[in-house]
Amino acid sequence: MKMILPASISATPNGTTRPQVRIVIVGHVDHGKSTLVGRLLHETKSLPEGKLEMLKSVSARRGMPFEWSFLLDALQTERDQGITIDTTQIRFRTGSRDIVLIDAPGHAEFLRNMITGASQADGAVLIIDALEGVRDQTRRHGYLLHLLGVKQVAVVVNKMDRVDFSADRFNEISDEISAHLTDLGMTPTAVIPISARDGDGVAERTPRTRWYQGPTVVEALDALEPARPLEELALRLPVQAIYKFDDRRIVAGRIESGHLAAGDEIVIMPAGKIAKIKTVESWPLTPVQGKQGAGRSVGITLDRELFVERGDVISHTGASPRDTRRLRARIFWLHDKPLANGEQILVRLGTRESRATVVRIEKAVDPGELSSIENESIAKNHVGEIDISLAQPIAADPYSDNPRTGRLVIEVAGRIAGGGLVLSVDAGQRAVPIDIVPVESALRPDERSARYRHNGAVVWLTGLPGSGKSTLARALERRLFGNGGSPILLDGDTLRAGLNGDLGFSAADRTENIRRLAEVATHLARNGHIAIVAAVSPSREDRAAARRIADAAFREVYVATPAEVCESRDPKGHYAKARAGALQAFTGIGNDYQPPASSELTIDTSARSVSDAADEIERMLAKTGILFDELVDLAANI
Amino acid sequence: MHVLNNESAKDPSRWVAPANGNAIPQIALAARSGAPSIDHLDALEAQSIYILREAFARLKKLALLWSLGKDSNVMIWLARKAFLGRVPFPALHVDTGKKFPEMYAFRDRYGKEWELDLRVEPCPPIETIDPTLPPAARSAARKTEGLKLALAKFGFDGLIAGIRRDEEATRAKERVFSPRGTEGGWDVRDQPPEFWDQFNASPPPGAHLRIHPILHWTEADIWAYTKRENIPIIPLYLAKDGKRYRSLGDADITFPVASAAANIEEILAELEATKVPERSGRALDHETEDAFERLRVAGYL
Repeated sequence: MKMILPASISATPNGTTRPQVRIVIVGHVDHGKSTLVGRLLHETKSLPEGKLEMLKSVSARRGMPFEWSFLLDALQTERDQGITIDTTQIRFRTGSRDIVLIDAPGHAEFLRNMITGASQADGAVLIIDALEGVRDQTRRHGYLLHLLGVKQVAVVVNKMDRVDFSADRFNEISDEISAHLTDLGMTPTAVIPISARDGDGVAERTPRTRWYQGPTVVEALDALEPARPLEELALRLPVQAIYKFDDRRIVAGRIESGHLAAGDEIVIMPAGKIAKIKTVESWPLTPVQGKQGAGRSVGITLDRELFVERGDVISHTGASPRDTRRLRARIFWLHDKPLANGEQILVRLGTRESRATVVRIEKAVDPGELSSIENESIAKNHVGEIDISLAQPIAADPYSDNPRTGRLVIEVAGRIAGGGLVLSVDAGQRAVPIDIVPVESALRPDERSARYRHNGAVVWLTGLPGSGKSTLARALERRLFGNGGSPILLDGDTLRAGLNGDLGFSAADRTENIRRLAEVATHLARNGHIAIVAAVSPSREDRAAARRIADAAFREVYVATPAEVCESRDPKGHYAKARAGALQAFTGIGNDYQPPASSELTIDTSARSVSDAADEIERMLAKTGILFDELVDLAANI
Repeated sequence: MHVLNNESAKDPSRWVAPANGNAIPQIALAARSGAPSIDHLDALEAQSIYILREAFARLKKLALLWSLGKDSNVMIWLARKAFLGRVPFPALHVDTGKKFPEMYAFRDRYGKEWELDLRVEPCPPIETIDPTLPPAARSAARKTEGLKLALAKFGFDGLIAGIRRDEEATRAKERVFSPRGTEGGWDVRDQPPEFWDQFNASPPPGAHLRIHPILHWTEADIWAYTKRENIPIIPLYLAKDGKRYRSLGDADITFPVASAAANIEEILAELEATKVPERSGRALDHETEDAFERLRVAGYL
């Protein structure tokens, strides 16, 4: 028989009646991981028939002594190099469960594979060579297990035959590694002396380790405890997609924690919109009744038409995650190029992705050495704490509150480059990347205001299409200019022809359109101009974002012309097109315009003249400290 | 984690002692906590649905590779669950022309019944394939070439494939989202990290991704799920005259194994006891030590 071993053996398949536990074996290169795995398979009688004989013949053919590790090193390249390159999964049985063993490479070069393997594990075995003792990769792997959230670690001190099964040597190593793990907040479930090659301590105690009273490796694997059930935590349902395959609008995602059921009142973060779950949809039978718990992939419908998008997180009202543009995280870095302060990155948290900037780095260190801490960059295979400033608000939890929505990965050039745990979430902070140093104007603000006789401002006209925003904006512009001021009109449609030419009319694009309008307008306002923005801006949340950007310079004017008047005016012919079905996502005909609750001014243009309305805006600007002129001067302009 | 929330699969009430005790001492099972609401198959299903939905959300032009076997039938079933009834992308059958008649009958029937957008693409003749490959591998490599032609024709940026880690050594090393070069090749030495269900889904222009939604399933899981969900199967999997097929490929390079399992329950019982690998009847796996790996590096499934 010429076939070589499959590295994962299907001979002991997991049925549906036994619990499956995933265990990763980590440790320094050459400390004997693959040998331990080979031995475990043998001791648990998990090897297919004839496998052992075949292994021995392969070894003989290669002129090498028999090695248990050949079992794993199924790839040609690996046998030639003598190291395990990638994560391999092997299944076997202990007394009470099916074990999936994830063999992770010890070679520093392949840390990304170790992480890929270890992130899937329920528990870990950390292996140490009795002769060599604790090495840098031992410490590094210990640290990474902690970062990956693997809390149960059994330590195996291998190659005890090389130190004559010395209890002293064993205790020395046991003390050192226990201290290291304890520092990281982990307690080893066991420290076990073994010889994987000879079999001592793997499945049976032998006379050579008579001084040792603890469990064997197999017993230790059998005794790992389940983690705290995610179902007991608050509901977190990150939205994967919205499906409209038929007349249902289904919000799809996986329940990461907690549970839900039809009728639950939910809040959609980060926007904070509230709705009720109408149904939980499924296939082939739908709808499904009863509670759906953590781990389920579900599709729900809501009782109202709300804008929901991929990346939002659904939770119960009163127990929602926080919305933030600022996070602190403890991360590990896997990319060749170090992560530097000020760097632009892509952050993925749940199903949300956001551009982001690294605004601070602290405690960057090689977890293998745990010395020479630095604060400028995090090198490959090192760890550190970073502050991240996000381009858009996201919903997140600290890791200590929720392990699923409290972890993130970082992508560079389309490839996962690092990951880590969210340490803290700062709500509502506006992000200012520290490496960006804007060049200040040569003029002082008061020089400009002395000439223009006004302070800078953002006058934001919002209202339905056809409500008269542009007409009013133009009248106001003419009026202010006539008085020697410096008004600048920013019409939503005009910007869409150029600066915002890349944006469409999806909700995300509308949000970005508003953000850019607000940023440009704010820049003008800071330089003393009055930016007059005329934009439908139907979303209350988007306008709130604009107000946050412009801050004290923001003046919102709600042009509250009744809908039927707007439609009868239809200056751009949009209503007619939308009624004919030729214009998608047109605000006006649907009821998707959210009127302001507390604008600085509300004007109904169906009830008054344009100049009358412009007067009122001027009065508001004067009253709120933008215009210096006395109110009486207004009369001259009529 | 690939099987999410693994804890919930551990229902103490359902734990059973091993069938006939091996030498492993039993550990007391005290203080296990949690009454899970989902079982092992539910957890597998939910994870696969999550992966399928991620693929659909993040890639532009997807297709699902339908080999007509038990695994890809489960995969189609999962896709119908993920998308509430109908698979919203094409099902691609790269046809060597040498499948069993029962497989073609199955394809014709269920392609319609499941409302699949079925695309059948042929493979180039054997003469065009690398003559240094061993005979069975060379024959199977036609599928790789057929796949490349189909990719060029349709411009898919993602191919969903029903491979599993427990089938075969090199498949055990796969990622869930696995990048392929512009030639369809797999760089096993430089696979990107993948953890916490965050996937690398940005193939460079001209390249594509393989997506493996049932990578974490075992052969027994597939059968247990097929039974639970009543998914139709090709009768070749059931024993006839003391033999059955455990894995289906081209008729000329696939062989049955000795078996008396005439229904799925009996298959599951057989799998509990067997030590014979699943793909032992697939000649191409066994010709040389590295034949299968060479096929996979070149783009085979």
